[in-house]
Amino acid sequence: MTISRRQFVSGVAGAGIASMAAPNLCFAQTSGPIRIGLLAAKTGPLASGGIDMELALTMFLKDHDNTLAGRKVELIVADTAGVPATARTKAQELIEKDDVHCIIGPLAAFEALAIADYLTERQLPTIGVAAAEDMTQRHPSPWFVRLTSTSAQCAYPLAEYSVRELKYKKIVTIADDFAYGHEMCAGFQRAFEDNGGKIIQKIFTPLATPDYGSYVAQVKSADAIFLGTAGSNGFRFLRQFIEYGLKDRMAVIGGMTALDESVLRNMGDEALGILTTSWYSAELDNPLNKAIAPAFRKQFRYDPGYYAASTYVSGEILEAALKTIKANAEDRKALMAAIRGNNVQTVRGLVKFDEFGNVIGDVYIRKVTRSDGRLVNSVTKTYPDVSQFWTYEKAAFLKNPVYSRDYPPAKNLEL
Amino acid sequence: MHAPLGARSQMQFWIIQGLNSLSLGGLLFLLSSGFSLIFGLMRLANLTHGAFFMLGTYFAAVAMRTYTGLNIWVTALGAGLVVAAIGGLFERLVLTRLKTNPLGQVLVTLGMSFIISDACLVLWGGDSIPVPTPHNLQAPTRLFGFVFPTYRLVLVGCAVATAIALYLLMDRTRLGAMIRAGVDDRQMARAVGIPVSNLFTIVFCLGAGIAGAGGVLGGPILSAYPGLDADMLPLALIVVILGGIGSLLGAFVGSFIIGFVYTFGTALFPELAYIILFLPMIFVIAFRPQGLFGRVGA
Repeated sequence: MTISRRQFVSGVAGAGIASMAAPNLCFAQTSGPIRIGLLAAKTGPLASGGIDMELALTMFLKDHDNTLAGRKVELIVADTAGVPATARTKAQELIEKDDVHCIIGPLAAFEALAIADYLTERQLPTIGVAAAEDMTQRHPSPWFVRLTSTSAQCAYPLAEYSVRELKYKKIVTIADDFAYGHEMCAGFQRAFEDNGGKIIQKIFTPLATPDYGSYVAQVKSADAIFLGTAGSNGFRFLRQFIEYGLKDRMAVIGGMTALDESVLRNMGDEALGILTTSWYSAELDNPLNKAIAPAFRKQFRYDPGYYAASTYVSGEILEAALKTIKANAEDRKALMAAIRGNNVQTVRGLVKFDEFGNVIGDVYIRKVTRSDGRLVNSVTKTYPDVSQFWTYEKAAFLKNPVYSRDYPPAKNLEL
Repeated sequence: MHAPLGARSQMQFWIIQGLNSLSLGGLLFLLSSGFSLIFGLMRLANLTHGAFFMLGTYFAAVAMRTYTGLNIWVTALGAGLVVAAIGGLFERLVLTRLKTNPLGQVLVTLGMSFIISDACLVLWGGDSIPVPTPHNLQAPTRLFGFVFPTYRLVLVGCAVATAIALYLLMDRTRLGAMIRAGVDDRQMARAVGIPVSNLFTIVFCLGAGIAGAGGVLGGPILSAYPGLDADMLPLALIVVILGGIGSLLGAFVGSFIIGFVYTFGTALFPELAYIILFLPMIFVIAFRPQGLFGRVGA
């Protein structure tokens, strides 16, 4: 590599000015910028969420002039394509080749599980988005935190709300036939039945279901149906549900991804009035979100949802941790301790982590309404400081098997 | 697992799921008839077929979102023509160059399907985009006190109409006679002066066009979403293998058999949905490799 005289002079001058302007840089053992690796599925069926994750994190960094805690930040985005094996390859690339200081993502549980052991082994601070319960329960990693929610964490408040406020007695659940759907419905069922309700039918549909007609026609008569779906499946199910004239006969409620903002933006009046639960809404009434959500909407012309918020909050958490450790991202132990130890005000509200690295934060019951012509999830009730263990005793919770298709057993199914 | 709560709910279950089977069968015929046509004449498993279908669905989703109130039948016609043109270009520019290399052809169709699905993702993003159900068909139909979506019934009519049109084309026209000759014995057809290469292009356009139009008509049930192509392609393969390669009747009967098997399979044994779907295909391959209506040695 050759360096021209002009480049050399401007480089030296620049470095001089930088160290004058930010004297604390001299204390940190800096070697270039802080490198953040983002694992996001930008192609394939999960692309919608993955693209939002990149947009939001890029926006966060741009808002901060690509500087966190006084040190330049470089973002390296790797496309996992929603495939576990690719996620593993890309994670390795980020660590070995790009030498990142921390990783944000990936989106899907099966991707996160595919790389969890590797990241722990390499002792790389990871701010996770995927919801698999056991990553912060029976198999936690000291190098992993999750700022979103476990599969079931947001379902508990809605289950309680369904009994106490909505007075539902019988509910049918439907979800995609994989761990995320199983875990969410299991958690919902547990809290709903512990409050006196009955889950009378559980339907799990294959992840790739071309026609929901035969499932819709099976739905038994109940007070409501709970959608534990992710991505476009819930939305496609819901349309068929309406075409079969069922929406007049029973209410629809949903989990944290069922009517996410990314789904809502392609829906019409049929979504109005549906209640869902999540750790975020673009309509959240806190000062940070009131500035960020409209800015996001202005730039990208739609509301930020689960995926956009997940990386934005990741950025906020990372910034706070870097401030605590004076931007010395090379000290991974200190960085991880700071991430776990800080209580950070973010666009989703106050984020704290429990000893397993999972978030304790507010969960919101939201209702689809129309505002300025577009559909939004307006908050109707806030459940403060919801833990992944809900109101259950931690040790007993962890002694049980992890939630699944058959655990806890559904005792009130109507045959 | 259904609820045997009294005779009425029993009957409702069978009637509704029966209608569901018919409508899924209709959808599958719109998907697979073009695949069967192409396979029959060109001996080519066109793995781009699912992508052509998806292209039709996206075309409808985007066109009908941009121009609200656009008629779905006009959209289907337009999408059919556009996708037929794309198919024709693909056949002329790429496939004919590989005509001595059948494996290469199949691989190229697979590659093309990836290109189309990624192009759709770039153009229209990763969200699922709905195709609106036509206004006059939105209200559910009430049959003997049972509720069923009107559009699904109309879809069965579309499939039957397409089947009749294709039958007339194949059986009553000169073009159809030439295609049948090409299917039965390509060398002999060439020898008697039938321009088989041009037929290839025409049939490929026709097959792609039906897939595109079928994609539009299936849109209100399926919505346009990334991965639709990969969801639909195996279904087309199953139907064609079951019904018999190159047989229109086979595709028709195969579509409705799969429609019934899939619907009742998922309703009665939801855990075994995929096993039930592929089981008939395995039996057919094992015991009647030419398919139900295929000819031996064709």
